Amino acid sequence: MLNFILKRLVYIVIAMYLIITATFFLMQLAPGSPFASERELPPAIEEQLNAKYGLDNPWYIQYKDYLLDTITFDFGESMKYKGRSTNDIISESFPVSLALGIEAMILAIGLGILLGVISALYHNKWPDYLSTIIAILGISVPSFILAGLLQYYLSFRAGWFPVSGWKGFSYTLLPAIAIAVTHAGFIAKLTRSSMLEQNNSEYVKLARAKGLGKWKIVFKHSLRNALLPVVTYLGPLFAGVITGSFVIEQIFAVPGLGRHFVTSITNRDYTVIMGTTVFYSLILLVAVLIVDILYSVIDPRIKLKGAKK
Amino acid sequence: MKRNKKVVLTATALSLSAILAACGGDEEKNTASTGDGEKELNLLIPSEPPSLHPQLASDTTSGAIIESAFEGLTTMVDGEPVLAAAKDYVVSDDLLTYTFTLRDAQWSNGDNVTAQDFEYAWKWALNPENASEYSTILYPIKGAESYNTGAGTAEEVGVKAIDEKTLEVTLNAPTPYFLELTAFKTFFPINKANAEANPTWYAEADSYVGNGAYTLATWNHSGDIVLEKSETYWDAKNVNIDTVNIAMVESETTQMTMYDAGEVDYLGAPYGSISLDAIDRLKSEDKLNVSNQAGIYWYKFNTKDPVMQNENIRKALALAIDREGLIKNIVKGEQEPALGMVPNSVDGFSEDDGYFKDADYEQAKKYLDAGLKELGIASAADLEVKVSYNTSEAHSAIAQFIQQGWTDKLGISVKLDNAEWQVYLDKISNGDFQIGRLGWGADYNDAYSFLEMYNSAANGNNQTGWSSDEYTKLLNESVVETDPTKRTEKLLAAEAVIMDDMPVAPIYYNTNLFIESDSIENMVPDALGNINLKYVDVK
Repeated sequence: MLNFILKRLVYIVIAMYLIITATFFLMQLAPGSPFASERELPPAIEEQLNAKYGLDNPWYIQYKDYLLDTITFDFGESMKYKGRSTNDIISESFPVSLALGIEAMILAIGLGILLGVISALYHNKWPDYLSTIIAILGISVPSFILAGLLQYYLSFRAGWFPVSGWKGFSYTLLPAIAIAVTHAGFIAKLTRSSMLEQNNSEYVKLARAKGLGKWKIVFKHSLRNALLPVVTYLGPLFAGVITGSFVIEQIFAVPGLGRHFVTSITNRDYTVIMGTTVFYSLILLVAVLIVDILYSVIDPRIKLKGAKK
Repeated sequence: MKRNKKVVLTATALSLSAILAACGGDEEKNTASTGDGEKELNLLIPSEPPSLHPQLASDTTSGAIIESAFEGLTTMVDGEPVLAAAKDYVVSDDLLTYTFTLRDAQWSNGDNVTAQDFEYAWKWALNPENASEYSTILYPIKGAESYNTGAGTAEEVGVKAIDEKTLEVTLNAPTPYFLELTAFKTFFPINKANAEANPTWYAEADSYVGNGAYTLATWNHSGDIVLEKSETYWDAKNVNIDTVNIAMVESETTQMTMYDAGEVDYLGAPYGSISLDAIDRLKSEDKLNVSNQAGIYWYKFNTKDPVMQNENIRKALALAIDREGLIKNIVKGEQEPALGMVPNSVDGFSEDDGYFKDADYEQAKKYLDAGLKELGIASAADLEVKVSYNTSEAHSAIAQFIQQGWTDKLGISVKLDNAEWQVYLDKISNGDFQIGRLGWGADYNDAYSFLEMYNSAANGNNQTGWSSDEYTKLLNESVVETDPTKRTEKLLAAEAVIMDDMPVAPIYYNTNLFIESDSIENMVPDALGNINLKYVDVK
């Protein structure tokens, strides 16, 4: 196990280096400057700005500086938001995305598993059809459409929720639902097919023969095994939802990291692009590692490659 | 096994309880209110303000907040500069030296506002190390440009605190709009002691010190800003609103839903924009308000391009635009067709009917034929031009409308070239375009603001590459002219020169569009698109 983790950590370092390098060169290649605006800057001022942020150095000096900054996790001052460091931006906006992401994940997992289990238990009966329709609708309706509908019907028409903002629990629910529904649909489908597979297995048949109740079999036996495909889906889902959804954060005016991740690119805010990319990549890589470790915890039959026997 | 069951049950319970809680949620509606004697105003801005430092800010979003938290020597009321932090001023006979006397006023931290604070702030903006993007607006001050470009020193700049209450400013040339400039954010003072003690004082609410009608009480980055009436402001008794809540909401649809739901009291310029989609509905409900703006939307011709070099072709294209139709059917904001360079809202400048007729296809055809002959192109069908613009629904719709007109009426073929904002700016400033969309909003309400950028081909804002000795001469003469009537004549003559050569096709003069709740009073953006919240009230 330890060997496996160490090996994977080395891979993570290599992957991070490649990501940082690729991001740096893509930024160099992209046309546009962080200081460009419709009103042209006098050349002298643009030179001063370039000098201030080290953009007047040759690429290899900038590259070296970026690598050093990244190792120390100091990405410098944002080029768009004056007087604010990239680290400030990440540390203020990440907790917001994290809270929203966790709420969305809980909703997605709870609803998804519930629908999936109902579907499998009432296979080819009306609850199955209903759950499947809900799951398919969840997957096929884009989150921004759903967000708009939620905002219109639950905020504007019914007045139950504030339209947008981030000032308390009631502000978090609509964006969390908008993020969760698509994922809940996927989880429901995964759970359903996996549960159906388990229902035909010998141990479930035996449990039935022993006279155990429907729900007891689900919770005592089949669900645990059926959850494995769901766990596979959770790694990328976790990384995706906790780093923020750009569209949902934009629609509900949530001050999360997702917006910075995207708008920093359109702003050519190099320091923030670099900071958010490194941060996001690290979370994604670590999340995938954790999922791999979780596999072996949930199903001891799965051995980690490279783990000691 | 048990643990698994618990996890599933907990997750299910949590999700259900979340939904149930959601159904029972009730939020109080925010509206401009006078409840319990406190007056509140709820506004929206589209994004986090990039900087609330008066000398670093270069965008309208930041500007709108800075103007409530700070005050210059003068402030704009109904389009005219009136005394604010200064209680009096004297101008020398040659109109080159202004001596301001400051009134007794305090910063939001209780310090006295001094002439030294003004001198410090202006020189801070000009210091090349601080890379202030708007420092050029200080260039009418003697020695400002040379200090800013590294040629001169701070001591040579013509701004000097004679004592705590007296500020002396020396200009390069008589500048009739100088008192208007002193109301602009780059001319605001900074609390010197606070700024020296904490160089990033402007990045957080708790270190933010201003001298304006409101203080910055809260700043949740990317979330919202709360302004509160300043108790230390010299004219606090005339400030009506106690609290201004400003939420940052990017999505135009969400902004409109918030307005419709009564969560905000005002939507539109200068804090944001009204989406094109909503305009028809708002007009039919008689809710849309319009005020004039000193701004223009124009197409610039790259005169270094072999085809656009031809004056007749440029004129043909400029005349063959149906501006009335464009405004009525596409942009819909009651803009005014632009038939010259300077908007009619600029005080006492344009009273004529413009330099050409709108949608003058007959004349355009004549220019086109002449141009084609000069270029050796056999027929109009052989001419292809390219219109560049940046990604936006409005710019794209405008370009398509004009494309249609040029194709139908002139018989030429027109290609559209769309690019992302930063890429587009790069292309325009590198001269990699034939016809490009741009806009211009004045910083001070004077014709010079619209004409000055074409004074030389080297000016960064003159992307056309066009220049004219006659034009430059007239502009330079206007700068030193002390008689206002003669000065206007020179500027009008310069406008005639550029319109005769047509390196630019003016399209429309902008308007400020806004909607507001019935309870709001005195909230109308001025020609420069500013609103002074000091004078706003709620019933």
